[in-house]
Amino acid sequence: MGIHRGHQARPVEWLAEKFIFLVSLSAIVMVFLIFLFVAREALPLFFGETNTALVQKPIPTADLEKLSPAKLQQYLELTPAQFAAMDKDTLKSLMDVKQEAQDEVPEEFRNDPDARINTTEWRYLVLPHQWNHYDKPEYIWQPVGQIQKYNIIPLLVGTLKTTLIGLLFAVPLSVGAAIYVSQMARPKMREIIKPTIELLSGIPSVVVGFFALLVMATVLQKVFGYQTRLNAFVAGIALGFAVIPVIFSIAEDALTSVPRAYTQAALALGASRWQTAWQIVLPAALPGVFAATVLGFGRAIGETMIVLMVCSASVMSWSIFDSARSITTTIAAEMAEAVSGGPHYRILFMLGALLFAVTFVSNMVAGAVIQRFKLKLEGKR
Amino acid sequence: MNARKHFRAEKFDFASFFFTGLTGLATLLILGILATILINIIANGVRGFSWHFVSTIPKKDFFDVNTTGVLPMIVGTTICVFVMTIFVLPVGVITAIYLTEYAANNSLVTKFIRAAVNNLAGVPSIVFGLFGLGFFINFIGKNIDAVLHNPSAVWGQPALIWASLTLAIMTMPVVIVATEESLKAIPPGLREASLALGATKLETILRVVLPQALPGIMTGGILAVSRAAGEVAPILFTGVAYYMASLPHHVTDQFMDLGYHVFVLSTQSPNIEQTRPILYATVLVLLLLTFALNLVAIVIRARVRKKLRALG
Amino acid sequence: MKQFIKSFCVAAVAVGISASASAGNITVKGSDTLLILAQKWAENYMGSHADVKISVTGGGTGTGFAALQNQTTDLCDASRKAKAAEIANCIKAFNARPTEYKVALDGLSVYVNPESPLKELTVAQVGDIFTGKTKNWKEVGGPDAPITLYSRENSSGTYEFFKEHVLKGHDFAASAQTMPGTAAIVQAVLKDKYGIGYGGAAYGGGTKQLSIKKDDTSPAIDPTENNVESGTYPIWRYLYVYVNPALDKGDIAAYLNWIRSDDGQKYVKEVGYFPLPKNLRN
Repeated sequence: MGIHRGHQARPVEWLAEKFIFLVSLSAIVMVFLIFLFVAREALPLFFGETNTALVQKPIPTADLEKLSPAKLQQYLELTPAQFAAMDKDTLKSLMDVKQEAQDEVPEEFRNDPDARINTTEWRYLVLPHQWNHYDKPEYIWQPVGQIQKYNIIPLLVGTLKTTLIGLLFAVPLSVGAAIYVSQMARPKMREIIKPTIELLSGIPSVVVGFFALLVMATVLQKVFGYQTRLNAFVAGIALGFAVIPVIFSIAEDALTSVPRAYTQAALALGASRWQTAWQIVLPAALPGVFAATVLGFGRAIGETMIVLMVCSASVMSWSIFDSARSITTTIAAEMAEAVSGGPHYRILFMLGALLFAVTFVSNMVAGAVIQRFKLKLEGKR
Repeated sequence: MNARKHFRAEKFDFASFFFTGLTGLATLLILGILATILINIIANGVRGFSWHFVSTIPKKDFFDVNTTGVLPMIVGTTICVFVMTIFVLPVGVITAIYLTEYAANNSLVTKFIRAAVNNLAGVPSIVFGLFGLGFFINFIGKNIDAVLHNPSAVWGQPALIWASLTLAIMTMPVVIVATEESLKAIPPGLREASLALGATKLETILRVVLPQALPGIMTGGILAVSRAAGEVAPILFTGVAYYMASLPHHVTDQFMDLGYHVFVLSTQSPNIEQTRPILYATVLVLLLLTFALNLVAIVIRARVRKKLRALG
Repeated sequence: MKQFIKSFCVAAVAVGISASASAGNITVKGSDTLLILAQKWAENYMGSHADVKISVTGGGTGTGFAALQNQTTDLCDASRKAKAAEIANCIKAFNARPTEYKVALDGLSVYVNPESPLKELTVAQVGDIFTGKTKNWKEVGGPDAPITLYSRENSSGTYEFFKEHVLKGHDFAASAQTMPGTAAIVQAVLKDKYGIGYGGAAYGGGTKQLSIKKDDTSPAIDPTENNVESGTYPIWRYLYVYVNPALDKGDIAAYLNWIRSDDGQKYVKEVGYFPLPKNLRN
């Protein structure tokens, strides 16, 4: 910025600079902490410390004395500190609870082969499994019940379904609008239209969700005549509303930043305004438009409230008129009822970490593309 | 512009006409969606909206159309975002100062900070909620309780302060970007003049640069507040309450929130048709709050950008 | 900069204020199903006991148990029985099992469209319909038309109860549509001639509530108040309050006693649940 570094001989200046530098590192620290602490809560899952098998062999309470302390501690899932602080009666009652949990298992599940499965093993999380009473191997997310089924594939499918519908709806619209606003519209119009469209991003997502639930779902059902009123299609379109301002804003910036010389040269050669926009400006700005789409993808995949309010059944189906449950929705809806620290809780955190990783990558890609694009336009590459 | 008009093809160009129309239509459609949402909410919302509605603490059942009100939600949301600005403004502004005034543009650290800020802006809001639960409540809060030897958890539970901190991290990029923009809009000459007169760099920043950048910093703050006021996912596990009989008294209390209340009213209502007026009215209140803030921010930002363009 | 320092000070002061629960304060947390009822109890109890302050928050049964372990709440509202893991966590936290109190009954009705000719079903038939084994109305004596299923969010206590006791632990059919609340189910069933849904007996406004037979040989019972209270209607559940036994004395014990007394139970009906039978009252 044209200021020369210096004055380091002055201690106050030096201190201030170091302080400012340290504070500015907080963004980096936060990104690390987010990943660290979301993943930390999911760790026991990766170490295979969770066991959801319904039927387990309880150790009779009378055998308390026979067990080695280490084994007892492991059996009762205690930390060393907890174990050390406990008296015999407490240990006994903990063992009783284990026994009772087994006694309460309904008769017909006792001999169910599924009841002996630890459903938090990786193969049950990602591969189809033929559960009892099903005709074929299936992907099932049914985390509540005697046998907890945690297959995350239906959630991934639901997420992709709603996100893709949202993008298919939002990308053409917002890129079209960005071309119009940056290339066709008169400057006066531009000054009005751009902030107005950006106002759309000011609508809280819970309001978009509310609007989709109460108004849009009914209207779309009348227009398309499908059966399920609340489905991935409605959620996708509503997601589109949330994504449009993101894509529009970045795409418009990219189109505007194409040097005026390009446009003027094309127009001077007799190209029409449309030809200039389509054949000269858009190709030049394509990396920016691509980055806008990627960022829009990140926004759509991470949007919670809209999908939560509009559709929520975890159905394994690619049909856009079926319900869908996204990862974000699952976390938001199920965390409050999950046993704190239990397997369900761990899996929800694992899903959160997965989501973070996906958006992290898409952000990095978009950031890198925009960076290169800028350098190219500035003629530095 | 006149030059462009002059060179435009005289002949009627169908492709040009068609595609201009198509992109114009896209623009119109987006504006139409915005208008439909706003008109629908305003038209339906004004019916249930009254002074009584925004100034009443619902005492019995907040689904009761005649006696309900949203005062505790307005107060809760307001306090929460206010506490948030206390945390996010200093950190955000200082980061922006570092990036524009101190950092060497091509250094690795600067690149890392920028990448981190960009990433933070793209982290899904529900992940912030998980982070708030895992970090603030389960780690920081529980450890504070352990240090203070609290007999029961005071800090290690969902609370207003944790919700505010979670929102602060989420809105940090908003403040950083807006502040940076306004810092860049200040002519370098001003800084150089100040330095030439013998002021130190710190003095220049505090006395010359920051006062000039104030509108931009305000924009950042307002945008952050308006974003945070409408967010529900980050506070789901970190502090929001479904119902509280009294307003929050301490930063360790839970609070009711307008956005969450919209969610509750639209999904948990015992009778959807009957509660529709209060639902719409609540949405209207939330929208008025966030939109008024947004509008102010957009106006200030437009000015800053104009200045920036005049410079560049 | 001065402003920042000032605002830091404000933050520090705000952080410095520490909350401490004074005597005579009771905190209640847990199931959203029980929330309105808990609120009603609190209001009315505070009306007659000016020295006691009760605050009620929801968040879900799981949240309530977590708070009970952390001792951030005195009472935990639960729309289901405590799970073994939750009891174990309580023992780890305060060396004792939480005490369980039954505080109300909830009867679940099966809703169909008013135009449906169907009048009664057995519990097993309802289960088969919701697991997807029965797909057409004619299999249970209705018209020849496919059945549309309306179910609840899998995080709701109603869903879990229905799954355990009517579906006998089997999974809901994948084709079941998930609705955000009982009201949404009622609305959907009213619009759908071949729809079927379930929810609180008091919330079925406008729909036809089927009579339920326990098995093939038993009589069909309507989900009326008397039938639910006497236990003859087959689909019902208890609603619970859990408490740390060390705290179950003084004001808290008095409040718990009052909830389960005739006086407290008369508010249960106002919110759509059913009072405890006389022998379980206090």
